[in-house]
Amino acid sequence: MERPTLPKGLVAFVKRDCPTCELVAPVLEQLAASGASLTVFTQDDPSFPSDADWVVDDTSLSMSWHHDIETVPTLLRVGDGESDRTVGWSAEHWRALSGDASIGEGLPESRPGCGSLSVDPNLVDELTVRFGGSDLHSRRVEVATLEDDHEAMFDRGWTDGLPVVPPTEARVIAMLAGTTREPSDIVAVIPPNLAEASVEKVAINAVMAGCKPEYLPVVLAAVEAVCTDRFNMHGVLATTMGVGPIFVVNGPIRHRIGMNSGINALGHGNRANATIGRAVQLVIRNLGGGRPGEIDRAAQGNPGKLGFCFAEDEEGSPWNSLAEHLGFDSGTDTVTAFCGEGPRIVVDQMSRTPESLTKLLAQAMLSTVSPRMVMGMDAMLVLSPEHMARYRDAGWDRQRFHEEINAHLTFKSDAIIRGVDGIDEGLPAGFEGIDVTKFPLDDGLLVTHAGGPAGLFSSIIGGWVRGDKGSLPVTKEITP
Amino acid sequence: MTSASTSVSPRIVLDPTDETAVVARESAARPESLTGLTVGLLDISKPRGDVFLNRVEEHLVELGAAVKRFTKPTFAKPAPVDLRQEIATSCDAVIEALAD
Repeated sequence: MERPTLPKGLVAFVKRDCPTCELVAPVLEQLAASGASLTVFTQDDPSFPSDADWVVDDTSLSMSWHHDIETVPTLLRVGDGESDRTVGWSAEHWRALSGDASIGEGLPESRPGCGSLSVDPNLVDELTVRFGGSDLHSRRVEVATLEDDHEAMFDRGWTDGLPVVPPTEARVIAMLAGTTREPSDIVAVIPPNLAEASVEKVAINAVMAGCKPEYLPVVLAAVEAVCTDRFNMHGVLATTMGVGPIFVVNGPIRHRIGMNSGINALGHGNRANATIGRAVQLVIRNLGGGRPGEIDRAAQGNPGKLGFCFAEDEEGSPWNSLAEHLGFDSGTDTVTAFCGEGPRIVVDQMSRTPESLTKLLAQAMLSTVSPRMVMGMDAMLVLSPEHMARYRDAGWDRQRFHEEINAHLTFKSDAIIRGVDGIDEGLPAGFEGIDVTKFPLDDGLLVTHAGGPAGLFSSIIGGWVRGDKGSLPVTKEITP
Repeated sequence: MTSASTSVSPRIVLDPTDETAVVARESAARPESLTGLTVGLLDISKPRGDVFLNRVEEHLVELGAAVKRFTKPTFAKPAPVDLRQEIATSCDAVIEALAD
């Protein structure tokens, strides 16, 4: 839109909802009465400060936005363009700028102004779109007059089954303020359709998922993590097993964006936890074309596929964080993607020693995926604070825990040979008499820490095929 | 009081997809006979896929087709580009088998 020109003479911007504008209203009346060439643009009430023809309705905020008004009142002198400007009320400045030494008698020497509506945080993104246009490249889709916004999103196949926030240009611009990256930067190539995802496209889907702009860097890093050959998002989609990406966030960003690592950390109720994983899944769906029933062939799926993301409780853990365990410095913001199913609860309310608790946890873990499957699939263990206290009190570190639990996860294969106990599933005949380990020993059990302060429950998240033939966890640093 | 210009923003949303309209693909023309043709059999590496393909191969040979066998490194990932190109350039038709 072309920048509207200011009328010549004195020009003021005011709004009724500003005590300083109320204060200067008589001054404006006095200037108008004196025969000065005066135009007053009013932002909220077109009849303020009067109904006279020198008061111009700027409730569209077009003049205010185009002329960078940040404060009301602002007084300008305009000749062949703006030559002088003063903000707020200053008797000295107003007299000098207007050339009328008689104005403002009886008023205080100065008063600060109020914020211009054209820079109101709730309006500025919409105004930027309306007046400034934008350099976003995505196709504009007009929602028909009689269409319901939310139904329109469903009808176009853009949702995961829950309502999404309509990605208006203003919302997407606001979302993009959450990152320093250019909207046109390519984040990743999204399977299965191998579509290039720009920061802008990820931001659109983040808006739809309900993210706040400050979550966007986490979403971008998470998208990068799953779109690697190592994580193998294509395979994760295509498998008939109901697994999906699970995200664990480490580092100070957990606190900056208000993530939950405490009560109900794996559940609902926290906006960041609930929307970051969802945004990634919407990117996979909308950009990659990874839709259930198409390339997503999960026989049953799991509710975590709507989005499964939580933060580790680093401060409450006596161990190094998951990210440190995976080779990152403490204080680095990271997101770790793990391919897994939904969490299952392990109850142990009696163990008072780490030895007892470890044995119980191992027994529970032997049944992940199938009690007859060993060495091929991995898992994640989310220790709760009350269970972690057993290890803290006994002085066990992460390495000791792994050594001890791996010992309990190793057993003779005889019990899981096909046909034993009348069960056809299992290792083929010929594998009798060997030691087998439930999870691959190359970090096939990831351990993290989250949960509320009370409750002797931890959670096991069964994984998927681990390694080159399946998926491996991927950790990415989160950058602004 | 006079009025400055106002504009109403239409209800516009940004397309969250890759903006590629779905293109309907036509299937390749089917051969009228398999006699003398080379048929690729792609085992995706699921258990017992070979049992199924062995039987298919017997039938194809009876029909006068030559058979070339291929195996994907893992069923959990798409076939590597090299393998796809080899099949495409050395076969007249391909059968991909899924078995468990």
